[in-house]
Amino acid sequence: MFMKRHVLTMREFSREEIDSVLDLAASLEPYARGQKSDMMAGKVLALLFFEPSTRTRMSFETAMKRLGGGVINLGPAEGSSISKGESLADTVRVIGGYADAMVIRHPKEGSARLASQFSPVPVINAGDGAGHHPTQTLLDLYTIKKESHLENLSIALVGDLKYGRTVHSLAYALSLFGADITLVSPASLRMPDSIKSDLSSKGTCVRETCDLGAVVNNVDVLYMTRIQRERFPDPVEYKKVARSYRITPEFMAGAREGLIVMHPLPRVDEIAPSVDETQHARYFQQSFYGVPVRMALLKMLIGGGC
Amino acid sequence: MPETKDAPKVLRVKPINNGTVIDHIAGGQALNVLKILGIAGTTDATVSVVMNVDSRKLGKKDIVKVEDRELFEEEVNRIALIAPAASINIIRDGKVIEKRSVDLPDEIVGVVRCQNPNCISNTLEPIKSRMLVKTKNPVLLRCLYCEQLLTDRIAEYLI
Repeated sequence: MFMKRHVLTMREFSREEIDSVLDLAASLEPYARGQKSDMMAGKVLALLFFEPSTRTRMSFETAMKRLGGGVINLGPAEGSSISKGESLADTVRVIGGYADAMVIRHPKEGSARLASQFSPVPVINAGDGAGHHPTQTLLDLYTIKKESHLENLSIALVGDLKYGRTVHSLAYALSLFGADITLVSPASLRMPDSIKSDLSSKGTCVRETCDLGAVVNNVDVLYMTRIQRERFPDPVEYKKVARSYRITPEFMAGAREGLIVMHPLPRVDEIAPSVDETQHARYFQQSFYGVPVRMALLKMLIGGGC
Repeated sequence: MPETKDAPKVLRVKPINNGTVIDHIAGGQALNVLKILGIAGTTDATVSVVMNVDSRKLGKKDIVKVEDRELFEEEVNRIALIAPAASINIIRDGKVIEKRSVDLPDEIVGVVRCQNPNCISNTLEPIKSRMLVKTKNPVLLRCLYCEQLLTDRIAEYLI
């Protein structure tokens, strides 16, 4: 049973609630592919993106429109009341009067929770600074369930595990499913101890290594992330690290047959374009699955439940 | 000389007639307690501070005596952030009329600033800081907004 008013972090989801979102998403997939629906007729979703976004913003918009609902956009902050110095609290109070739910992305950590305290309608967090991005995690779980398996899963999270909010939330959610997690990163970008101890305390098996080659034969899912150039003061060091986590068809030759490669996108050069044609690539499906998963959340929050 | 049960007690500071005695402050924290109470060097209040005396319970402890001021509950909560073992004695006419231990509530509102400069609570939004108390001794706080943990140097983040 889904009893949420807002969707702010994965920490607030039980295993059962995640299952109910994923099950509903599966039933809505035909609509995500274009089957006509008026499930959300008369409903309006507000998109408040204070930071650039392509996939998240457009997939929410697609999800709402394909279910027959409407979308209103805050637009660039420069032309809005924000540029006149309006607080986020006032902005969400006002826009909450125009819409049935709102999606917010904001550069400050905790902004979505603040919005939830002032908004008269449900708030969905679409990224709050380095904080949380729960709908990305839900679509990642959906992808793993559809394209691999969530039970007895062995997964490697690769790349920037220190600053990447995606992998923090995903690791937490996978701990609810008893996954076996291998963390692959350069020493300077390891997952913070606080998150690792949180995982271990839930009985999750967590290993750490710098060597991607050593794990590729032993996992069901390779979850790649972008290593950001700006994290490295020395460009030579960046290149060294970035190249060490580059996936190519040759590198994948020794992988398990059913191994899938995921990436929250955008990628830079951590996955060679030639991998796209291999049996392992799933990152474009993953991106598409954002639509049915966001449809499911919208339906649960404002469309009359499961 | 360490104070023992059998040794005669020597009073370092004379008893007060009215006000508050805060005992069992962790050694060295008395000045932070004064900061929490808003007592700066320019105060008119009569304040006695005893630091690093031997204590059976804490090893070393500090004591603060504030004359003619009875602490409010909110102030007591603030003290618990840096001195969780402290005890508060309210004195009237030379008698202890109330003895309280300090006990942190599950949530501290508007007392400690989040240490994350990118937290929404450190902006001009119309909200107070809200810290969830994860453990009481040692004190471990988590910002309700950005979830950043705070355990060391709490005194530096007092509002």
